[in-house]
Amino acid sequence: MSSNEKTTDFVSRRNVLMAGLAAAGGTTAYAGGAQVQSGQAQDTAMAHMDTHGGMMTVGTVDNESNGFDPVAMLTDWDTGKVETMADGRILRTFEMTAEDKEIEIAPGVFFPAWTYNGRVPGPALRATEGDRIRVKFVNNGSHPHSVHFHGIHAARMDGVPGTPGLIGPGEEFTYEFDAKPFGCHLYHCHALPLRRHMAKGMYGAFVIDPDPDKHPEHANVARSRLYGSAENAGWQEMVMVMNAFDTNLDGENEFYAANTVAFAYAKNPIKVLKSKPVRIYLINTVEFDPINSFHLHANFFDYYNQGTTLTPTLKTVDIITQCQAERGILEFTFAEHEPGLYMFHAHQAEFTELGWMANFDVVEG
Amino acid sequence: MNKVQTPYRFLWLLMPLTLLAAAVAWIVLANPLQSLGSDAPPVENLTFERTIIQDGGVRLLVRAGGSEPMQIAQVQIDAAYWQFTQEPSGQIARGSAVWLNIPFSWMLGEAHVVTVVTNSGTTFEHEIAVVIPSPQGTVAQLNNQAIIGLFVGVLPIIFGLMFYPVLRDVGRGGMNFLLALTVGLLVFLLIDTVEESLELASEAAAIFQGPVMVVLVGLASFFTLMAVGRRVGTPSGLSLATLIALGIGLHNFGEGLAIGAAFAAGSAGLGTYLILGFTLHNITEGIGIAAPILKKRPPLLAFAGLTMLAGGPAVVGMWLGSLAFSAHWAAFALAIGAGAILQVVVQVSAYLMRSNEAGTEVFYTRPVILGLTAGVAFMYATAALVKI
Repeated sequence: MSSNEKTTDFVSRRNVLMAGLAAAGGTTAYAGGAQVQSGQAQDTAMAHMDTHGGMMTVGTVDNESNGFDPVAMLTDWDTGKVETMADGRILRTFEMTAEDKEIEIAPGVFFPAWTYNGRVPGPALRATEGDRIRVKFVNNGSHPHSVHFHGIHAARMDGVPGTPGLIGPGEEFTYEFDAKPFGCHLYHCHALPLRRHMAKGMYGAFVIDPDPDKHPEHANVARSRLYGSAENAGWQEMVMVMNAFDTNLDGENEFYAANTVAFAYAKNPIKVLKSKPVRIYLINTVEFDPINSFHLHANFFDYYNQGTTLTPTLKTVDIITQCQAERGILEFTFAEHEPGLYMFHAHQAEFTELGWMANFDVVEG
Repeated sequence: MNKVQTPYRFLWLLMPLTLLAAAVAWIVLANPLQSLGSDAPPVENLTFERTIIQDGGVRLLVRAGGSEPMQIAQVQIDAAYWQFTQEPSGQIARGSAVWLNIPFSWMLGEAHVVTVVTNSGTTFEHEIAVVIPSPQGTVAQLNNQAIIGLFVGVLPIIFGLMFYPVLRDVGRGGMNFLLALTVGLLVFLLIDTVEESLELASEAAAIFQGPVMVVLVGLASFFTLMAVGRRVGTPSGLSLATLIALGIGLHNFGEGLAIGAAFAAGSAGLGTYLILGFTLHNITEGIGIAAPILKKRPPLLAFAGLTMLAGGPAVVGMWLGSLAFSAHWAAFALAIGAGAILQVVVQVSAYLMRSNEAGTEVFYTRPVILGLTAGVAFMYATAALVKI
């Protein structure tokens, strides 16, 4: 802002005058006093601070008027409408609607988002390897939109400009393809300009669970990933879409988060039972910054890059980085830990301090 | 006949007022400008007027200047969100100001950038270029500032007035030279004051219309003082010296405000030669005050009074500037000073012509040209000592 420059100017002009101040002995005595005051400032400021040292947004976001709750979103999977086709395969039908919606991304800060189904990130779609996927897409927004899936499918189903899947306001299209390969994927709008459509909030998780029958060598692992199985119930699964918002349209993000609301899980720590291992489907959809990251405190995890393998691609790490649209699965446990708050956040300190900071509340049980 | 018509004339007054009321009602109720894009977000503007660094954190006085009331949602310091309180809380009406209190462990001598995020996600940045605790009006601080004020304002006047005995015996040519020197230095101060005033005005909230305010206040100050001067009679001798001292005093008050503001804004690491530069720079002010009274014999008390009138405001300005500084008030004060200096330029010039029983042709005589040139040149050259 220009006021900024002016202020700097103003001060530098007055530097001259301060020479005199120093000469008169004023500043010397002054600086000495300041040193002491700095210490006092710290103490008094500390008294005001909560567990996050006062570095936090003020107030709370109204989840009700937003229509989504970041905590509920962690486990809110959309498995679609399930039917069995003539050949015995599963047909999953998802319904997605693009709509413009103003959402509260931090307490008191409203962002004119473009959404899928009125939420950012869009619904977390979940299917099983080999399912037939049908996505009925309606564009109720004010601009052309599409759903571009990261997966294996025909060019016609790719949702990019020049394909029938990129539709104007008021139009409809149904995408159809087989769910493959298994893994932790994403979808997003591929209308142009792509960066703006992404930054406006048009993205979401698209998880394809492995079919245990197709992976006899790691059938148990595959079963633990299969949503709805008894083995899967032994895990605490959650989905986190790392995103950010450029509220002043300067090409830099003002707010960072997992699942949209800055500091949401810092203010409402995620309950984690010691007894169950944790699996996180982590997806990076941040625009403007090339890389995002995830760092877990006081613990290490195994990482499955893009989730397309049943053995970890990285073992025993406490930080991973993801480029734009990169994603993966994290697995770890707090079984041996004492209960308490365990922090996790992007290790780009800037992102952390602008909202992408969170806590697990590890409890007995 | 007039008596009959008078009540009806007031009815005529009702017509434009009624039309105005109707127009306002129509534009508010019917909103005919909807099609001009009133769906667009309101224009937001925020001016940072004061920054106070103190125990426990940072306090900022911010003034809203948008097209609609504004709502501050979050505050960052150095790209990190910090908890804060706002007094008074809630929406900020256009033109009104609130304090933001941010508990923050600031870092002495370093820079911090404060970013205010409104409910629309618009951001306003303010850089604290050098962080030092703000003056709090303790006796020790006020004393230090007074010492600096004395060096900048009072001491040079004393030095200048001490030339009085030497200058007493100058002839007509020498007298003209000294008066012209005074005009030259006043012209320099006028330009300097106007520049400073306009610069401050540009930092003030738009609602104050800084540059227009500066010009209008300056002119009002000039004409008021001229009118007062007329009533008192054409000034000469001690009364002219007093006017010169007043003009210089107002300039020094502005200078003091600026130095005091520098105290509040924070700056450090400067040299002894600069304050001495100021002392040297301002010495001609004393000579200028002495010029009209060279042929009189004013009592010693008058010299003391003239010194305090011209130099004392520097100290007062410093105190005010460090404790309660807002750009628009400083611009206002400097504009008054500019008007006063212009008035003195006119008075001294008139005196110069009158004492020579001449018209404007006196300005083309050798001593006067030399004096004017010397005055401006000396001020310009010594100003180089104090500008970085």
